Amino acid sequence: MIKVKETIAFLQKNAKDGLLPFSVQQEAGQQFSLHIAEVEEIALGHDLLPARYQRNRAMLSIQQQLSLLRSEVAVFGCGGLGGYIIEELARLGVGRITVVDPDVFEEHNMNRQLLCTQELLGRKKVDAAVQRVAAINPAVRLRPFDVAFGQNNSAEILQGVTVAADGLDSIPVRLELAEACNDQNVPLVHGAIAGWSGHVAVQYPGENILQHLYAGKKTGHGVERKLGNPSFTPAVIASLEVAEIVRILLGTEPLLPRRYLAMDLYHMEFTEVLFPEEK
Amino acid sequence: MQVTIKLFAHFRNDRFIKEVQTIAPGTTVGAIVTELAIAEEEVGVILINGRHSNLDQSLVEGDNLSLFPLVGGG
Repeated sequence: MIKVKETIAFLQKNAKDGLLPFSVQQEAGQQFSLHIAEVEEIALGHDLLPARYQRNRAMLSIQQQLSLLRSEVAVFGCGGLGGYIIEELARLGVGRITVVDPDVFEEHNMNRQLLCTQELLGRKKVDAAVQRVAAINPAVRLRPFDVAFGQNNSAEILQGVTVAADGLDSIPVRLELAEACNDQNVPLVHGAIAGWSGHVAVQYPGENILQHLYAGKKTGHGVERKLGNPSFTPAVIASLEVAEIVRILLGTEPLLPRRYLAMDLYHMEFTEVLFPEEK
Repeated sequence: MQVTIKLFAHFRNDRFIKEVQTIAPGTTVGAIVTELAIAEEEVGVILINGRHSNLDQSLVEGDNLSLFPLVGGG
């Protein structure tokens, strides 16, 4: 039985100017046997903002912060894009993050993958995600899947997910993910990179944006196999993906339906592309 | 007839950023890609007049064609 009344009283007594220091949140958790996320939910539900989010305050209302806490985002791939996406979601206070990646870190990941450090070489990427998120925001509950995404596990992974984020590195797997998201009625925020280039698109349930984007592409990869990827391209594309994810989580009117954004960072050109109307 | 072709990223290397070309009526995007010596499997986003298109599309007078490399990394 959660002692909500006692918890609220404790939080209100110890909050300063409507802000809840983490030490108080932690103490409430211990005193009332609650997960940090449960304390956070009670606090936000009573107009108290965990102090870590105070710089969000002018952009996200307490109600919106609560919506983020109650959301679940599944991040497919914990490499270049995925690392930044996970980091940004955890700092935002998205309450549940599912991460999916079968790989371990290798030295060639060092130039760009946020979760990859010297000491984690050879370790599983999802384990690094668990560690990193725990170190950033203990209110976030992480669900790791140390597997390759596929039709065999898509329903289980997408169960309860509000939005899916694409950080994959294979075109055929992306197309499978797009199909699975449609089957499960989950919006998909898609991003892909190669060299100085990248693009971002959103597929709402019932659309076939990725099939259009990658129509007739028989090879599994783009020119990233030839050009590689530097540190900044994944950071840019991942951040644009997260901006779209937040907009979807908050129920803001979608900005990227039936269009996508293609970027050439070498020439600093951003091009908006419109899809033809569906017939 | 005349069309404007715009290239992005490394497609510009040893080619051009933007060029007006005179082509035969009915020329497809694929034929232009071949003419530019760009490997078809490297072509990603194709835009005609700001709209998503494909290699089989024929161009008409005054079209603006943009070609981006295929991106698939993460």
